[in-house]
Amino acid sequence: MSEKRGKECLRGKGVTKIFGVGDKKTVAVDHVDFDFREGEIISIVGESGSGKTTLSKMLLGLISVTEGEVYFQGEPRDIKGSKKKKEYWKNIQAIFQDPFSSYNMFNKIDSVLLDCINMRGGKHLPYKEKFEMMSEACHFVNLEFKELTNKYPFELSGGQMQRLMIARIFLLKPKILLADEPTSMIDACSRSTILDMLLKLRDEINMTVIFITHDIGLAYYISDEVYIMEHGKFVEYGTAEDCIIHPQAAYTKRLISDVPKIYEEWDLSTV
Amino acid sequence: MKNTLRNIFHSPRFVVGFVIFMAILLTTIIYPLVVTANPLAMIGQGNFFKPGTYVSVKDTVTSKTYTLNIEAVSNIADQLTDTNKEDMRTWLVKYGGVSQEDMDAADDDELVELWLENYDSSVTQSGLTSSTKKAYVRLNDTILSLMDDSDVIIASENEDGELEESDSISTKEYVNVSDVTNKKTFLLGTDNFGRDVLTEMVNATATSLRIGLIAGLVATLIGLSLGLLSGYVGGTFDNIIVFITNLFTVIPSFVLLILITYSVNQSARGATLIAVVIGLTSWTWTCRSVRSQVISLRNRDHVNLSKLSGHSMFRIVVTDILPYVASYVVMALILQISSGILSEAQLSMLGLGPSTSTTATLGLMMNWATAYSAHLNGSWWAYFPVVLTITLISFSLNLMNTGLDQVFNPQLRD
Repeated sequence: MSEKRGKECLRGKGVTKIFGVGDKKTVAVDHVDFDFREGEIISIVGESGSGKTTLSKMLLGLISVTEGEVYFQGEPRDIKGSKKKKEYWKNIQAIFQDPFSSYNMFNKIDSVLLDCINMRGGKHLPYKEKFEMMSEACHFVNLEFKELTNKYPFELSGGQMQRLMIARIFLLKPKILLADEPTSMIDACSRSTILDMLLKLRDEINMTVIFITHDIGLAYYISDEVYIMEHGKFVEYGTAEDCIIHPQAAYTKRLISDVPKIYEEWDLSTV
Repeated sequence: MKNTLRNIFHSPRFVVGFVIFMAILLTTIIYPLVVTANPLAMIGQGNFFKPGTYVSVKDTVTSKTYTLNIEAVSNIADQLTDTNKEDMRTWLVKYGGVSQEDMDAADDDELVELWLENYDSSVTQSGLTSSTKKAYVRLNDTILSLMDDSDVIIASENEDGELEESDSISTKEYVNVSDVTNKKTFLLGTDNFGRDVLTEMVNATATSLRIGLIAGLVATLIGLSLGLLSGYVGGTFDNIIVFITNLFTVIPSFVLLILITYSVNQSARGATLIAVVIGLTSWTWTCRSVRSQVISLRNRDHVNLSKLSGHSMFRIVVTDILPYVASYVVMALILQISSGILSEAQLSMLGLGPSTSTTATLGLMMNWATAYSAHLNGSWWAYFPVVLTITLISFSLNLMNTGLDQVFNPQLRD
């Protein structure tokens, strides 16, 4: 990795998560090191159960880190206490896999967007200004806020919901976005629009995007850096080119061979 | 919300339960407005007066009389006891020459007729002691005097202290019931204290519903808040709460209930205290099930998203978790109300209910009816309507519960 990279954003050293104690101990993430730089798109690729989501939750600060240290912008991350956590979450945000379960079905969708404005310190703005901000955010993801206001989440389609999640990120403008398989529940057509929106957003506010996926093709399509995860460990990492076109680890090779190709017979022997 | 309500009222079970429950509830509200008498006033001088209208004898004597030329219906059969009738049957078969088959076929009125035709004290009654023979003579006299349709003479004392006929009432004289000023209808008779059972029961139902509601609210409130906190916070706090919950689960709550109420002085035991005690011993199941639901909810994405939006723990619990368990909690509350009412009845049957002189509850009414052997002397009105009311209340509440279950749990819809 000789090319010039951005400023240090999120770095981990020996990050480990262990669930349970004694015999029932499960090591979900096992001493992983990583170095995510500002403005990059990083993909973490692995199969189900490889610890991707656990790692992402640790990065978000939703669950504690059993061992190891996470550094945020060069400093050890300190998120003890709700105030510090709140401050940290202004810098890091997430989009989750399932848009249908990402919303509180008892609240109108306005509240999701209003929360973002409040979090950015716009609590005391007049409603008209808030309305304009929300409209702008919705416009960014090709939605009409006027049509959405006062609606409940279940009145929206999955694609609309996920786009609204991106509108939320647009309002929050965090330094890091953790996208946990944001497109896996969505059909192929909506998928590309959502990916395009994410990329557009990255360019606009120079955001680091940590993209968690099991789809190695997708990872190649959008990433600057790829981390391949197996059983809680990173088995290989590097640029998308290095990792996917010239894979070194056996696991990576297997992952690549498992992708069905349209003009070739699919080798099911490794599945 | 509107949709949910519409769904709920489209569930036949819920609607039936709701109608029954509202009918009972409205009765307890409206009846005291119409009948303002003290429900605990002891009106009857004696135990268990039969249901019916009681008219003042003095008023009937002094009211305007009408002569009606209709044949008076004999009510002798009603005035004879079962033992009397059995004795009459035995005599008639043994000495009166009536065959057993005729006897078995005869009803009470025919029995009296047969008696009048066949009884003769001069017949040889071998095997009877003289005292038994005399008892039959007295029975015959009673029947004859009951048959007597001669005038009833009313006498009053004159200046010399002698009785003098002042009036006589013939069998053809009638009074119009509406002319009688003093009368009292007991639709369900009176109980052992001489209280009007219907009025007392309406009052008792209101008290029992209040006990159920308070017990249910206390139990649900404790169960809900402990369940929410222990489920959401987790860790050591969760372990402590689970330990306490398990402790309360393994100790039979009814025994605990008996011990607590027993240790409270009888005079201090009001309905509200009993309700709170019932609530304090029955929150465990609500707590357990709310806790398990919260544990599955707290890792949902919308909760994570709410955390990422910087919401406080209190707000997350109230807005992101509580609404998801609300339907379940409403159903639990309904069941807790129902079991609260039943628990009160059980306690009162053991004599550990609220103090008796100041309140009436459904359980206490049953307790007193049993204590005065209402079930043995045939005073069904003292306990049966109470049993029916308790059954209807818990039936309606359980119907409402299953109705709600069907609405909130689409898998159960048929």
